[in-house]
Amino acid sequence: MTFDVPTTIKLASYAGAGFCIGLGAIGAALGEGFTAGLANEGLSMKPERSGDILKNMLVGQAIAESAAIFALVIAILLLFMDMSSSGSILKAAALLGAGLSMGFGAIGSGIGSGFPGGEACLGIGRQPAVTGRLTTNMLIGSAVCQTPAIFAMVVALMLMFMEFGALPVWPTWAALLGAGISTGLAAIGSGAGGGLAAGASCSGIARNPDSVGQVTTTMLVGQAVSQTPSIFGLLVSFVLMFKAFPETTSLAPAMALLGAGISMGFGGIGPGIGNGLTAEGAVKWVARNMQAAGALTRTMLVGQAVSQSTAIYAMVVSLVLIFVV
Amino acid sequence: MDISGPDLIKAAAFLGAGIAMGIGAIGPGVGEGFAAGKACEAIGKRPEEAGLLTRTMLVGQAVSESTGIYSLVVALLLLFVV
Repeated sequence: MTFDVPTTIKLASYAGAGFCIGLGAIGAALGEGFTAGLANEGLSMKPERSGDILKNMLVGQAIAESAAIFALVIAILLLFMDMSSSGSILKAAALLGAGLSMGFGAIGSGIGSGFPGGEACLGIGRQPAVTGRLTTNMLIGSAVCQTPAIFAMVVALMLMFMEFGALPVWPTWAALLGAGISTGLAAIGSGAGGGLAAGASCSGIARNPDSVGQVTTTMLVGQAVSQTPSIFGLLVSFVLMFKAFPETTSLAPAMALLGAGISMGFGGIGPGIGNGLTAEGAVKWVARNMQAAGALTRTMLVGQAVSQSTAIYAMVVSLVLIFVV
Repeated sequence: MDISGPDLIKAAAFLGAGIAMGIGAIGPGVGEGFAAGKACEAIGKRPEEAGLLTRTMLVGQAVSESTGIYSLVVALLLLFVV
């Protein structure tokens, strides 16, 4: 059963579209459901504030939805842009990689953006006076959560539109597929982790409105560290996309490159979530005990650094697979 | 596409190294993060005990790290020794 090149490219493009929207729909739906649930809990506390709470819920859900919209856009592009005339079978690997990248990448950001949305609605129910500040923190926190999905979309668009035709098919096909997997998977942890921190900041502000400044600072520092696994993923993706690999027909170099993508991709999930859990705990208690903010931030950074270690191991293994083996 | 024995073995070893370190990093990442988060909460409740709480956190995280080290060792073995 032999496929000619245009058929294989179409095959990859449709499969990629399927993965893209199938995976991409997961996160946003989960996050928005969480937001709606907490919004109802907030409404049960203060039904007379239903206007504010509903508005907040819809805004928060809209931000979570954006990750899924990115995935929908990439899927539609993959479905309807006819790239089968591009010639090389590398395009097929690139298109499948693009679909996987955006598909996985939307999961974390969707889930993550749900947390601040929900906690903001709950906070309005507890403390209607700080509605404005809660909405602001929800928007800031959710926006940072979306960055991994944006990284994933950038990689997907690069894989779809960059000209790879001049490069040898073996082993570059594995490099392109690995590039998609690396950013896509690594974005899951960072998106969800950043959301945990943002959610804690909203609930903290509702509990203690005076702590707004400290809470926001701690949240941003914690989120910044949470985002680093997705940056590692992006780095490995760029190396895989832009490094010229010597032509070889043996399977081992190809599997090394695919393994590099898998290593950094999965390796970013755990530390991203873990850093988010750490930041969540720190932000929660900065709100309750502002004097301890210094000690809490220090402990948060130490804890996040230790949690980050496995992401660094994964990146080392990836880079060894790319450059040494 | 003629895939020979040694080539196939090396290919599987490389893919396995990637999977080992990749999936192996998930657990320690989440676990150590949870430990650090709870340590932060404890310090928020009792800032004067920061030293003891941080030490305990680091010891607990080190134990959690152990499986991550196993994954790293197996990945390096697959890369260089097999």
